[in-house]
Amino acid sequence: MDLRPLRDAPSPEERDAIDAALGAPAAPPTPLALGAAEALRPQLLSALHAAQSRVGWVSRGALGYIAERLHMPPAEAYGVASFYALFSLTPRAERVAHVCDDVACKARGADALAAALEAALGPAGESTQGIGWHRSPCLGLCDRAPGVLVQCAGATPLEAALGEARPDVVLEALRRREVPAEPPTVIHQPREGLRLLQRVGVADPTQLDAYRAHGGFLALRRALTLGPAAVVRELSDSKLAGRGGAAFPTARKWQAVAAQPARPHYVVCNADESEPGTFKDRVLLEDDPFAVIEAVAIAAFAVGAEEGIVYLRAEYPRAYTRLTEAIAQCEARGYLGDNVLGRGVRLRVRVARGAGAYICGEETALLNSLEGKRGEPRSKPPFPVEVGYLGKPTAMNNVETLVAVLEILREGGEAFARRGTPQSTGTKLFCLSGHIARPGVYEVPFGTKLSALVALAGGVTAGRRVGAVLLGGAAGVFIGPDELDLALSLEDARAAGATLGSGVVMVLDDTTPLLPYLRRMAAFFRDESCGQCVPCRVGTVRVEELLSRVARKKPLDSWAAETERLEALAQTMCDASICGLGQTATSALSSALARFEILPKDEPSP
Amino acid sequence: MRLEDAPPRRRITLTVDDREVTVAEGSTLLDALKQLAVDTPTLCWAENLTPVNVCRVCVVELEGARTLVPSCSRKAEAGMKIRTDSERVRTSRRTVLELLASTVDTSAAASLQAFSARYGADPQRYGAQGAPHGPRDAARPGHHAVTSGAEAEGVAQPVKVDNDLYVRDYAKCILCFKCVEACGTDAQATFAIAVAGRGFEARISTEFDVALPESACVYCGNCVGVCPTGALMFTQEHSLRAEGQWRPEAQHETDTVCPYCGVGCVLRLHVQDDTIVKVSSPVESTVTHGNLCVKGRFGFGHVVKLRRNKREAVG
Ligand SMILES: Cc1cc2nc3c(=O)[nH]c(=O)nc-3n(C[C@H](O)[C@H](O)[C@H](O)COP(=O)(O)O)c2cc1C
Ligand code: SF4
Ligand code: SF4
Ligand code: SF4
Ligand code: FES
Ligand code: FES
Repeated sequence: MDLRPLRDAPSPEERDAIDAALGAPAAPPTPLALGAAEALRPQLLSALHAAQSRVGWVSRGALGYIAERLHMPPAEAYGVASFYALFSLTPRAERVAHVCDDVACKARGADALAAALEAALGPAGESTQGIGWHRSPCLGLCDRAPGVLVQCAGATPLEAALGEARPDVVLEALRRREVPAEPPTVIHQPREGLRLLQRVGVADPTQLDAYRAHGGFLALRRALTLGPAAVVRELSDSKLAGRGGAAFPTARKWQAVAAQPARPHYVVCNADESEPGTFKDRVLLEDDPFAVIEAVAIAAFAVGAEEGIVYLRAEYPRAYTRLTEAIAQCEARGYLGDNVLGRGVRLRVRVARGAGAYICGEETALLNSLEGKRGEPRSKPPFPVEVGYLGKPTAMNNVETLVAVLEILREGGEAFARRGTPQSTGTKLFCLSGHIARPGVYEVPFGTKLSALVALAGGVTAGRRVGAVLLGGAAGVFIGPDELDLALSLEDARAAGATLGSGVVMVLDDTTPLLPYLRRMAAFFRDESCGQCVPCRVGTVRVEELLSRVARKKPLDSWAAETERLEALAQTMCDASICGLGQTATSALSSALARFEILPKDEPSP
Repeated sequence: MRLEDAPPRRRITLTVDDREVTVAEGSTLLDALKQLAVDTPTLCWAENLTPVNVCRVCVVELEGARTLVPSCSRKAEAGMKIRTDSERVRTSRRTVLELLASTVDTSAAASLQAFSARYGADPQRYGAQGAPHGPRDAARPGHHAVTSGAEAEGVAQPVKVDNDLYVRDYAKCILCFKCVEACGTDAQATFAIAVAGRGFEARISTEFDVALPESACVYCGNCVGVCPTGALMFTQEHSLRAEGQWRPEAQHETDTVCPYCGVGCVLRLHVQDDTIVKVSSPVESTVTHGNLCVKGRFGFGHVVKLRRNKREAVG
């Protein structure tokens, strides 16, 4: 491979920022041994972040320098950088507000916020005096809707989330490069019985000793005493199913990785949380970061890995700071490192950041992203338990799944399994958002009635009635007001043709028309499709166009033909797409069409 | 691994449309289908490239699987039961072809047209093809302008003509990834082009869309050789088509060995009216596997130029 570099040079600021991320370059530059370039590749996203957060965008000079430092073809570096929404390859304002206009924020004033910013700063994407704003999909701040992420580039870059954002506060934050601190997370339900949320709002999330004082690291000690096989046995007894959406038995995954002869093994914590309406993982990551780290360490020990990686969406700056600081404290105190708790076990945990791509929550896309590639899902089989990060056996779990493991080790698998229903064991976090009196994260045992959960969150706002509930996220289903009796368990949801997905419960009141929400979700899937496969890449566009015609009440031909068209699209996307994104992109739409009158009717021909 | 070193491969038996077939372990479903002479459409698959399974036109129904599976990449397993012509398979294949036809200019994509005819795909199913919502090379990932839906958004864009040897007409591109593979890991190891952007705005691009002469391209033409849609086309063919003078039915092929170096690449000369109009190499060739370098591919240029000059002088 004969690399031809880009001709443009980086500015001194860009060069320094990139060198700070990658380490100083070797002088003189050394040619690389075969395969060594591949080993550099995983640093690509952090180098791009470094350049972007220094000057506000990734210039030709910066990209060229990064490609040179990582010994990769510039065309490939460009291909990767242009995949991620948070990297800008054209000059962008130094200070920007990413304004969520996704479903949960739409229900709470996002459109008015966007309009006010447009009036003040001009259209989205443009820059006035170094200040600009962009529309954004869900930022995981749905409990504090409308949500905004502020990014200011510079020598000391600023990244911070802003909840319940008012236009004047956003503008002031951009002008002053200063964002008011977010208030601590509020738990709105009685504290007794809280397990996954037991420390949230109680233990100082920045102090290792506070974590210890609230039961921290007992699970890790127990795991090291039990040994890997017994840990997996406890998990098996607990019947824990993954909380990331697919509900796969966690014990089986860990067992499969532990049994693989290929070395090394890896553990990845999926903290990409980008399903619209989901913010439960953010609460755990921000308010109980030591718990996440302890759980990753236990997983690594159980599957025979020495390295655990937390793949965190870049829109969670506070979680990033909390996690990295917590890891440093764990290393300093011997909870991570070459001799964990003096037991001769080596465990390391690090955090890798995404860069604005929902698809990178899909496990194989996530692995590609971790490897510094475009976040395109791989074809399965082989599954990550066999061929995962850098081609090695990898156990990947959702944040909430991992935190549940701490509970299992604390009380034992069988005791854990006594909570919930026989097939859905334990407690589950639900993310209540939309037209609900007290939006937030709620922890209830599986099997709790949806109506009870809605009541726990104070019911519908302003004394209105439920019009529709989006269950499970954009990839989930809409259900109607007559279905609130649903018991929230995997089996009951399945029987009702629904899904709990990532725990989204987004409530819309009975005065809210659904079509704008369906269109927003169609736009979301179109934007977030990786673009690899035809059914999803083109299908998501055609679905959105069809909904535009519904909004304009102008069918291509007749509504009967539009219905048939939509059915063929939905069937093909479900059947022939590579990954879950395309396969579920029409799920909420189909469920809404089945329950509500969305499509107009043809006039009977005279 | 050389053939003679390979351990004997286990053989496995599966059922395709109620017929049993036995293949070597490691074979794909497509290998099994070929053995049974089941004609299967493919667009992103090629014998000399690693399967990327992105076009999804080759999907088949696998008993017990939740979704259809791509026959081009899915490995055959003992006891699998496959359907290649069920309603589900036909619907997906037809819809995929309709989605492609609604998006790109298929006028030079002979195989895509043939599959469309076979599956009764209606290119107008999603309305008339409309323009992209903005310049495709400037698209930002995760953002787009919502359209009225009156037309089906397409990928129309100006042809990229930035060198003498081949043109890039991405209005015809179905994003099969073949050119990227040919330029990169699977043949050329030049990595001049890559997939850039995301979703519907994903596209084949050099870094920052620089012109080919500024990129790493060495003009081997291997990307052109694998392109199934005519999006990449040798300038010669492109001009003849523009003049209405490209007549495949009037062409014959002659194989010869490239005279430029000692490797001995097989050149397949496509001749029309006594003029070499294109040079390819057979995929079956154990020397080239279909790939050539700039000399073999374009070295005939002087012959062509002579002819053209003569024709112009006469005409
Ligand atoms: C489009 C798509 C997005 C996903 N996003 C996430 C995510 O943000 N977080 C997550 O934990 N799992 C996500 N998943 C599920 C993961 O692929 C995977 O199943 C999960 O991380 C496994 O962990 P678990 O077994 O603990 O649930 C997503 C799946 C798909 C198809
Ligand atoms: S279904 Fe969509 S997101 Fe998944 S691989 Fe295909 S194009 Fe990419
Ligand atoms: S001509 Fe050869 S080097 Fe140039 S882009 Fe095509 S495959 Fe790559
Ligand atoms: S240019 Fe041709 S080979 Fe390349 S992706 Fe497009 S259709 Fe495929
Ligand atoms: S933060 Fe806006 S929908 Fe989640
Ligand atoms: S030929 Fe199999 S997916 Fe394209």
